[in-house]
Amino acid sequence: MKRLLTRQNMIIAAVLLAVYLIVQTLLSVGIISAFYETNLVLGGIGVIMAVSLNLITGFAGQFTLGHAGFMAIGAYFSAVMTVKWGMPFVLALLGGSCLAAVMGFLIGLPTLRLKGDYLAIATLGMGEVIRVVLLNTKYVGGAAGLFGIPRLTNWTWIFVSAVVTVLCIRNLLWSSYGRACISVREDEVAAEIMGVDITRYKVLAFVVGAFFAGLGGGLYAHYYYFLQPGGFGFMKSIEYLVMVVLGGMGSMTGSVMAALALTVINIFLQSYAAIRMILYALLLIVIMIFRPEGLMGSKEFSSAMFSRFERRGDRGSAGGQ
Amino acid sequence: MALLEVNNVSKVFGGLSAVTNLKMKLGAGELVGLIGPNGAGKTTVFNLLTGVYQTTAGDIVFDGKNIAGKKPSAINQMGIARTFQNIRLFSDLSVLDNVRIAYHSHVAYKLPSAIFRFGSFYAEEEKMKARAIELLKIFHLDGKKDEIAKNLPYGEQRRLEIARALATEPKFLLLDEPAAGMNPQETAELMNLIRWIRDHFELTILLIEHDMSLVMGCCERIYVLEYGRVIAHGDPETVKHNPKVIEAYLGEEVTYA
Repeated sequence: MKRLLTRQNMIIAAVLLAVYLIVQTLLSVGIISAFYETNLVLGGIGVIMAVSLNLITGFAGQFTLGHAGFMAIGAYFSAVMTVKWGMPFVLALLGGSCLAAVMGFLIGLPTLRLKGDYLAIATLGMGEVIRVVLLNTKYVGGAAGLFGIPRLTNWTWIFVSAVVTVLCIRNLLWSSYGRACISVREDEVAAEIMGVDITRYKVLAFVVGAFFAGLGGGLYAHYYYFLQPGGFGFMKSIEYLVMVVLGGMGSMTGSVMAALALTVINIFLQSYAAIRMILYALLLIVIMIFRPEGLMGSKEFSSAMFSRFERRGDRGSAGGQ
Repeated sequence: MALLEVNNVSKVFGGLSAVTNLKMKLGAGELVGLIGPNGAGKTTVFNLLTGVYQTTAGDIVFDGKNIAGKKPSAINQMGIARTFQNIRLFSDLSVLDNVRIAYHSHVAYKLPSAIFRFGSFYAEEEKMKARAIELLKIFHLDGKKDEIAKNLPYGEQRRLEIARALATEPKFLLLDEPAAGMNPQETAELMNLIRWIRDHFELTILLIEHDMSLVMGCCERIYVLEYGRVIAHGDPETVKHNPKVIEAYLGEEVTYA
């Protein structure tokens, strides 16, 4: 317990609480309009999706193009739980996440034997299969969509979910299990020889990533009143992949920043809806040319960075004397 | 009882027989060399022993258990560790992380306690770090624990690979050309280090090496491989004077009529 109450953790907790309270106050007073609230929600979901995708693609090194498929499972199942079975929101979110994780396990076991391009194509196919199955399932409305979902997602849910996602995935990665996942990315043969069961850790990353994608989906479903399979196509997966690549594969803080930055950019691009995707694509091209490792590379934005500046400052003043 | 028994193992790649009817027996605590000309199948033997390749015929018994059909990770957990001929470190990770990853199969906390940071997480992490640093000290790498592995000089990368293999806490260590690319002085140091490791960690070691001074000076027994067959085996002196070995390395004596 003592270790959790370090100065650094206290500062982070205080900053998070302040951000939450400020935004909550601005929302309740009405300074943040409905338009910006929507973007706040989208940004939060983006953070959840990008961080969970980064676990799979950036840290465990398994290139997947089917992340929106897990989001769809979480979205539909949680919506079914609240709309058709009358379950409370918390249970629905958990249920959607768990089903997405189970699907991640079932799909991951066979497909994660593949590598690189082959895995990308297999997961792309998987995402499409999920979408088409939803499209043809009468129970969830088929192509017309699932209507009448209560709007239960609000700033509090989004904020808490995003923080929990980042915290869980960070704790996982900063442990021996996380290092095992990263070793799989670095060198599969060497990892296996060093006693790391690579299949197990690929599947672990896939399952945890899918779980949080399901959570993102559940939150999404309960904000927009209705769901359509078309919303979870290939482009949706690409959208989150862009966030991961932009932030830096293997940087959690990079993913968080990229998710928020792209949400802000989207706000500005709203008035040019027609060319939004063109600008998006151009942005990717430019980043890949000038900064192929993404904004953060594999580094993390942390208070250690500031302490380095402080130390440098100290040395500077000592030299001046 | 022998720690490792290799009984008539063969490995065939398509039409090529890389290893044929290999028989080997290693007792606990032995330091054995495996030599042979290029392409003799030495690394293939290593790959068979560590489960990277599956045997075509024959069986390998380690510590009383058959390792056929087991995954490399499972074989490692039984107590076999190795290094690679062409260094395979986790090159973008720190020196410390390279060693810590190898400790992973001995980690005492479970996944939930890692995610929610309860139970023995912090104590175990600290223990793991302390042990990794202790190991790095033996290889004089503790001062470079935060460096990225690929930035180390070649000789240190080789030593780090041995340290990483030892972190898996093996009973049997396979070294694939540990002295490759080292100068004579470094080789001599390595020779002492290998012997010391064997005694200190109570290991059995099998090493592939082309540097004859290291093999002859270090190993108690030597197997000589040519075209996938053992052509000679015994102590260094016997092997050195075996005509078949001389022929394999230097070619046949020409007799003029």
